[in-house]
Amino acid sequence: MISLTLNGEPRALDLDPEMPLLWVLRDHLGLMGTKYGCGKAECGACIVHLDGEPVNACMTPLSQVEGRSVTTIEGLSSDGRHPLQLAWIIEQVPQCGYCQPGQIMMAAALLNKHPRPTDAQIEEAMSRVLCRCGTYERIRRAVHRAASPEVQNG
Amino acid sequence: MADAGVGRRLSRRSLLKIGALAGGGLALGIHLPVRAELDPEPRSADAKTAPEAPVELAPNAWVRIHGDGRIELVLARSEMGQGVMTALPMLLAEELEVGLDQVQLVIAPVARVYANRLLGVQATGESTSVRDAWTPLREAGAAARALMIAAAASVWEALPSDCQARRGRVHHSDGVRSLSYGELVATASGLAPPDRVALKSPAAWTLIGTSQQRLDTPEKVSGGAHFGLDIRLPGLLFATLYRCPVPGSRVLSWRAAETLKVAGVVDVLAVRNGIGVVAESTWAALQGRARLDVSCRPTVNANLDSQRIRSRLRIGLKGRSAVARKSGDVSLALAAAAHEIEAVYEVGFQPHACMEPMNCTADVQPDRCALYVPTQAQEGARAIASAITGLAPGRISVHTSLLGGGDGRRLEQDFVVDALELSLRVHRPVQVVWTREDDFRHDFFRPMTLHRLRGGLDAEGRVTAWFHRVVGPSVLARLRPDSIRDGIDPFMVEGAADIAYEIPDLRIEYRRADTPAAVGLWRGGGYAHTSFAAECFLDELAAAAGQDPLMMRRHLLAGSPRHLRLLDRIGERAGWGAAATQGLGRGLALVAAFESLIAMVAEVALEGGRVRVHRVFCVVDCGRVVNPDLVRGQIQGGVAYGLTAALKGEISFTDGQVDQLDFEQYPLLRFGEMPEVVIDILPSDADPGGVSGLGVPPIAPAVANAVFALTGERVRSLPIRLAS
Ligand code: FES
Ligand code: FES
Repeated sequence: MISLTLNGEPRALDLDPEMPLLWVLRDHLGLMGTKYGCGKAECGACIVHLDGEPVNACMTPLSQVEGRSVTTIEGLSSDGRHPLQLAWIIEQVPQCGYCQPGQIMMAAALLNKHPRPTDAQIEEAMSRVLCRCGTYERIRRAVHRAASPEVQNG
Repeated sequence: MADAGVGRRLSRRSLLKIGALAGGGLALGIHLPVRAELDPEPRSADAKTAPEAPVELAPNAWVRIHGDGRIELVLARSEMGQGVMTALPMLLAEELEVGLDQVQLVIAPVARVYANRLLGVQATGESTSVRDAWTPLREAGAAARALMIAAAASVWEALPSDCQARRGRVHHSDGVRSLSYGELVATASGLAPPDRVALKSPAAWTLIGTSQQRLDTPEKVSGGAHFGLDIRLPGLLFATLYRCPVPGSRVLSWRAAETLKVAGVVDVLAVRNGIGVVAESTWAALQGRARLDVSCRPTVNANLDSQRIRSRLRIGLKGRSAVARKSGDVSLALAAAAHEIEAVYEVGFQPHACMEPMNCTADVQPDRCALYVPTQAQEGARAIASAITGLAPGRISVHTSLLGGGDGRRLEQDFVVDALELSLRVHRPVQVVWTREDDFRHDFFRPMTLHRLRGGLDAEGRVTAWFHRVVGPSVLARLRPDSIRDGIDPFMVEGAADIAYEIPDLRIEYRRADTPAAVGLWRGGGYAHTSFAAECFLDELAAAAGQDPLMMRRHLLAGSPRHLRLLDRIGERAGWGAAATQGLGRGLALVAAFESLIAMVAEVALEGGRVRVHRVFCVVDCGRVVNPDLVRGQIQGGVAYGLTAALKGEISFTDGQVDQLDFEQYPLLRFGEMPEVVIDILPSDADPGGVSGLGVPPIAPAVANAVFALTGERVRSLPIRLAS
């Protein structure tokens, strides 16, 4: 039995402790917002927060989250209106959308650490998540927007 | 559900809840009831037995209006990022006189009426969706609107000309009376749809030409959007296949004793494409596959390697070949030229690398079959399902999920075959998951091509002769054999054979040189390889003639006002007349593709010995623009896609196998490498052209030409590798 906090709820899971968190979420808990893109910590499609830090769920065995707190895209906000999600809509970021949960979770971890990130901080963080559709310019704008309360809803 | 038999409904707030619907066992396996004369194919069993909702109106295959006021629009193209889920409903809504906030989307089943006229089948690709839909969808919307107006006029005993439709209501010109579409359904049901409808004049458009927000964005930022891998069905099993890594090789023998010991593994089966491991979770299937003991039959394709392919293509640079286009006599003109230059260009293999790896979910039952699949080719998927299961097409339903990228890869059916065969054998719904390694290894690549170009200049520096031979494997020989005529694969020479420059003596050739490497369609089509060679070589001619590349193009396009307008605008926008900033090189490329035109100027620098693209100016003429923000997104995306191929990796083969199996070996363009993309869309009255592939072809030659401007070094192969 592995105990953790998932999106704010205590959970106890009787699953293979070696199973990566990605497949636990997707195949056993019905949380499909976290995506599989490579399974090797190379693309960032699977980024979730582990005690607030961004981690690649595809390379995080379940055993490693024992007693810790995991947040997925589904738990980022209660109503889908996290400032980043709103900014993503205003800037019309997603194309195919497949990478976007990872992008948003990465950006959310960045804003937790640097509420007003510089371009260089955005670049460093967001270079961890690949987007084949090339939405990077809009991601940059959306992160800045979410980080600037004065323009948030503009 | 009152509307069982109506198809999956998608509201703005809950787009694509395929998983949720599936989990609840609701409204699945159903076909949209289109009018009988539009649907010559047998209905599915479900549609036949489904009770027709009492008050609803389907004036055509695209629009359904319900008595309770719901308005449903049908989407028959695959959303893979390009925005069809927004652009196509806009066409219907514009003429139907409803707002996008008032409609729900229904994903189309497979039916003749939903065929893409430009592709001949129900499929999405080659930047055709808006071009195909432009007139029929507006007419469908207008016909439904006319019917609503006729119904209101009959209720009020008024003239239709006294009635006006606005936001889902018909208003009388008295300014007092009005009825909603829902309220008019009963009356309208008794009326014949109009034979002829008038489309709105462009001046009256309220949606077309505006940057409406995408209908799929809210779900894509909440994590609730459902792609193929997110399909969940009761009793679903997950599967992965071991496929022999060398093309054409088959499994010789296999042992699964260790695999069957993995907790969660349900079964191991030999199928057409390899050995399938079926399990209760993706993880168990992957663990099981890693423990398989398989040996593959040796094949001659184990010789496949990039050097060998290159040598084989090189042979084709000389000797006989098929002629795709010819005017005048190039040999004579070259002989008579004051100056002749010749060059060979090379374009490497490229993968699709869609962010969502290939996958398919199939539920094969004795009397019916359902596919849940991110596909660009619904009709093909149904045909293969029919062939494998032996069921009539009418018993097969195809449910298209969102696609995590497509780019031509999802026109193929290989991943569909896997899911069908496994579900057929295990009698349960099966989701076949390709790993990233599978996805790289078993892609249908953009082929390697070689290009031999020769050009002649007269004493005044005018281009008098142009020769371009494309050498490479045929892509369409497998996909559309009928399209090959006189040895010409139209895909391989598009962008070369239809080159717009007016050159008196011109000859375009294609020499087919097949290789065992699987090849297929790719974003930007054949233009993506031909334009690199042609636009770079034109710059070589300009340099040889001592002319400015933009001015040389202007001279060669004197009779093409649309092209000239583009060139003039890009010149202004990029400040072409003034010297480039110190340390930056500028390069130009111009491409006409998919009935659109694009000019690009790339600004590049060298940083740490590598090419760094800082800014890209784009001027686009894509005819009438349905949604400018979607166009911008597609151009930005095309630039990123093309830059990955121009600057980053390529696919190579050693001992019959693909060398690059992950994102470390085939790196994609990253956040910090994305240039600023400045896009101008020129106004135009022409019918819309395609844009999803449009940004790809010009970026490589624009960057290569910029590298020459900066370093004096010609770039003649992709991806770009600097010698110095
Ligand atoms: S799936 Fe985890 S980083 Fe790619
Ligand atoms: S939006 Fe398609 S991969 Fe990022």
